[in-house]
Amino acid sequence: MTQFVWLVPLFPLIGFLITGLNRKSALGKSSGWIASIAVLASFLVSLLIFFEVKNSTSPQIVHLFDFINTSSMVIPFAFQVDALSSVFLLIITGIGFLIHLYSISYMHGDDGFSKFFSYLNLFIFSMLLLVLGANYLIMFVGWEGVGLCSYLLIGFWYKNPEYTKAGRKAFVMNRIGDVGFLIGMFLLFNKFHTLEFLNLETLIHQATLDPSYMTTVALCFFIGATGKSAQIPLFTWLPDAMAGPTPVSALIHAATMVTAGIYMITRSNFIYSHAPNAQQIILIVGAATALIAATIATRQNDIKKVLAYSTVSQLGFMFMALGVGAYTAAVFHVITHAFFKALLFLGSGSVIHAMSGEQDIRKMGGLKSPLTTTYSTFLIACIAIAGIPPLSGFFSKDEIMMFVFAHGTLGKAIWVVGMFAALMTAYYMFRLLFITFWGSFRGTEHQKEHLHESPILMTLPLVVLAILSVLGGFIGVPKVLGGNHALDTLLRPLYVSSGIENEMHLSHEMEYLLMAIAVLIGVAGIVVAWFEFKKYDSKKEAKGMYAFFENKWYIDELYETIVSKPLNKVSIFLENVVEKSGIDGFVNGIGKFLQFGSSKLRLLQSGLVGFYLFLMVIGIILLFIIQLWYNNLN
Amino acid sequence: MLIILLLLIPFLGGALTLLMPENSARLTAIASSIAILIVAAIICYFYLNNTNIEFISFDRVWIGQLGAHFSIEVKHSLQALMVLLTAITFPFIFLFFINKEPKNKNIFYGLMLLAELGLLGVFISKDALLFYGFWEIALIPVYFLSSLYGGERRVPVTFKFFVYTFAGSLLMLIGIIYLYQHTGPTHSFSLYSFIEAGRSLPLETQSWLFWVLFVAFAIKMPVFPFHTWQPDAYEQSATPVTVVLSALMVKMGLFAVLFWLIPSVTMGAQEWMNVVIFLSVTGIVYASILAIAQSNIKRLVAYSSIAHIGLMCAAIFSQHNLGWQGTLIQMFNHGINIMGMWFLVAVLENRLQTQDMNQMGGVAKVAPKFTIALVLISMSNIALPLTCGFVGEFMMLNGLFSGASSYSTAFTVVACLAVILSAYYTLSMVRKVAYGELKENTKKFNDLTNNEMFIIGLIMFIILALGFYPQWLLNWINII
Repeated sequence: MTQFVWLVPLFPLIGFLITGLNRKSALGKSSGWIASIAVLASFLVSLLIFFEVKNSTSPQIVHLFDFINTSSMVIPFAFQVDALSSVFLLIITGIGFLIHLYSISYMHGDDGFSKFFSYLNLFIFSMLLLVLGANYLIMFVGWEGVGLCSYLLIGFWYKNPEYTKAGRKAFVMNRIGDVGFLIGMFLLFNKFHTLEFLNLETLIHQATLDPSYMTTVALCFFIGATGKSAQIPLFTWLPDAMAGPTPVSALIHAATMVTAGIYMITRSNFIYSHAPNAQQIILIVGAATALIAATIATRQNDIKKVLAYSTVSQLGFMFMALGVGAYTAAVFHVITHAFFKALLFLGSGSVIHAMSGEQDIRKMGGLKSPLTTTYSTFLIACIAIAGIPPLSGFFSKDEIMMFVFAHGTLGKAIWVVGMFAALMTAYYMFRLLFITFWGSFRGTEHQKEHLHESPILMTLPLVVLAILSVLGGFIGVPKVLGGNHALDTLLRPLYVSSGIENEMHLSHEMEYLLMAIAVLIGVAGIVVAWFEFKKYDSKKEAKGMYAFFENKWYIDELYETIVSKPLNKVSIFLENVVEKSGIDGFVNGIGKFLQFGSSKLRLLQSGLVGFYLFLMVIGIILLFIIQLWYNNLN
Repeated sequence: MLIILLLLIPFLGGALTLLMPENSARLTAIASSIAILIVAAIICYFYLNNTNIEFISFDRVWIGQLGAHFSIEVKHSLQALMVLLTAITFPFIFLFFINKEPKNKNIFYGLMLLAELGLLGVFISKDALLFYGFWEIALIPVYFLSSLYGGERRVPVTFKFFVYTFAGSLLMLIGIIYLYQHTGPTHSFSLYSFIEAGRSLPLETQSWLFWVLFVAFAIKMPVFPFHTWQPDAYEQSATPVTVVLSALMVKMGLFAVLFWLIPSVTMGAQEWMNVVIFLSVTGIVYASILAIAQSNIKRLVAYSSIAHIGLMCAAIFSQHNLGWQGTLIQMFNHGINIMGMWFLVAVLENRLQTQDMNQMGGVAKVAPKFTIALVLISMSNIALPLTCGFVGEFMMLNGLFSGASSYSTAFTVVACLAVILSAYYTLSMVRKVAYGELKENTKKFNDLTNNEMFIIGLIMFIILALGFYPQWLLNWINII
């Protein structure tokens, strides 16, 4: 089956072409189903591949054709099928399929129904290229492809100028990261003349390399990751990306695309294991992002913005894992996070759907009873993300925090930061839950009349994801709790050559203690939120520190002041001063000078033959003098 | 002998068209341009398969006393690519602007064909005197075209363009004469004797000779700071002429550098590479930043084009194989892409009677086909993978990075800023034109007609095909 892996991206590509080219025809009406079936087909093939890969140890390369083959560069268009890529295939196509189904109902009646599904299929295609690529360039093809789809889908409702601005912002900030990715590739290619993962892995392990070179390469790729996975300093595009339709937020901006950075660094573990300095930076950036985004999430009032900052924060946790070399833990959290965060976003979509488009939680409340399914699945997701056992979020977050704690003195400090972020996670999630679903209804009469649970096509994916959120953790039950961590068994062969041991040096007692602290912190966050928000009053204004959080640490304003505005000013300055008065002024000056000169010179041509003769004589005399002077010199 | 047709058809076609009544001019011109395309395709086929060599080269004594030969051939991938690009561009222009040509069709078509003659001549000449002759032949019809058709300020703008390029031509002539005087015992204008002559010169001579010739070519490209004729000329010329200028004529400068300058004045080029790359890279960032401030869509595309050309020039002087190979395919791809961009701009200008983007908006609602094309071509403009703009740019940047220059890392990092800036200004352009609410004058905006869609569709197909399978073009390079 592995050699047919190209079928996996092919189905959504075909789906994209069918739905994209038949927007207006009768086929367009069923494009939701066409697109969903395309992804389902990919999912089934991915399943077959997964079970085949599970039993083999060595990665398979499927070579399709030569993308670039010249005397100076050879890049095959090839796919690498191994445990890591097959796990991601399952996440992308599996959750992708559920979200496609959900969208059929959610986007029903939208003008761009067909367009929407063609973009979604294109996204799945690009994302599959990203995880299947056997070298950095093919990965980059998918990497930029998902950026394009993200741009198109954020600005999907293109009539609103704010939405299209958000799309542009996402694309440009991603491109800043992409420059890092590009330069990382140049550095690698310049030294090793290949971009294949397997070749590079062997070459890097064999070579004795300058540590500063490895650190530079590692940091370049990490810059790429900060763009795509919304880490400091490039995270501000993700909250704005909530302008897109909610299924897009669930699929692209929570479950799949934003985890591309984690995938890429896990894939590049052979680089990072040689660059401990870069790892330390990743650890610190991840922790800072987790904390800052969590603080902002505590004081947002747009239901999707809370979830967006929560995503940024959870991605920060994953980067903390990468920073200590705990790749399995990072991928584990990618998986569980995909379950519960997709569920949260789809749940919020269901709420927005029921509230006739309202996103402000201050105008909601009391939705518990009309939206029973949405509420109960949302509650499960909240418990999962808060890290309460035995739901999935507990296992993955706990594993990350254990590894961080075991990582020397810096690790202990980062662990405290992480725990603080975890406390706030439980707090802001249950704040969101209480304000939205508890208390009394605060919307308009009109909204109240239309309150209804979403149709089955929307609730079914919620239920499936809720089940996964509950059970998802059992793929990685640690030894200390009597499990055998199936995910680690699967993934470990990938980084054996990098010498990464997936054992932490903690006593069992210590592990139990840390686990207990983590659970207590989760419960504490929920309790605090319960006291504060069980009876929510929307009149209270945020003050002091809270206002600072509500305004997102003023980071957008900061970037506006130090980047956007100066850039526009420089542009206008170059246009008016350098270009028009400077260079062009100089050129026109020459022109004017010549015109002036010729108008004066013209006076010499007086038409008097005597005058010409006079000039001629003077000329001849001058020539003689020059000749004489020249001869004397020699 | 076949190769003679490349010059004969545009010459006869052009001359005939000029003399014809307006109505039959169009047909003659389109037929001629398609005939040229067929000949060019056959020549490229022969070149690629390395067969029938006698058909793709021609050499006769021209001016015996001077040692000038009428010597033409297609034996280098650069020549083949440029001939094909030229041969594609003209029929595309003619078919796209059918029924929308400027007045005096016979003059328009005739001059266009003569411009094609000059361009093809430049790309296939193996003799410096012949090359110079064609260089001027290409310039003159374009000079007339831009002063006859276009915006209100076209006359002064064309004059500026003319003076600029004429100054360049003079410098080139000086360089050619100097090199000619240093050719073997019997003087010759042939490329090989020029290469021999150039390489025998001491470094000091090569240094000044390099600048004399480089400035001549840099004006044509144009490279910062010799570029100020370009945004004006692009803005004021009629769009068919702008396509010829930006897709083809700027390539003459790049072509001359690759084909004539670097092979002959090698040491001079090596000596000054850092300065040239510095100018090019400065130009990339400078033009990209300027593009942000433009509200005139034609000027925006013009500055974007300066940035692209700047990268090609920098990659050429990186003196790295990867940079050269990237430049070769990018010269072709950029031509296809910018042609598509100008066609869309022409659609906007025709329908809305303005070039000001602030008066556009919301087009996506009424013209989905146009919007898809705009987004796709914009993506190729910012070198998104799987469009034809990507692989060339990737190879060029990689070549620049691995290049011989001692500042290559710094140069590459600065050049990469264009990756970010181009996304910003191109997406801003898309946003202003296509998104938002409809405005007063965009309400009645008609989507692409079938004829327009056919040509744009072909261009989109080429963009995606070469983006997905760039190896097709890269194979051309491997043949050398």
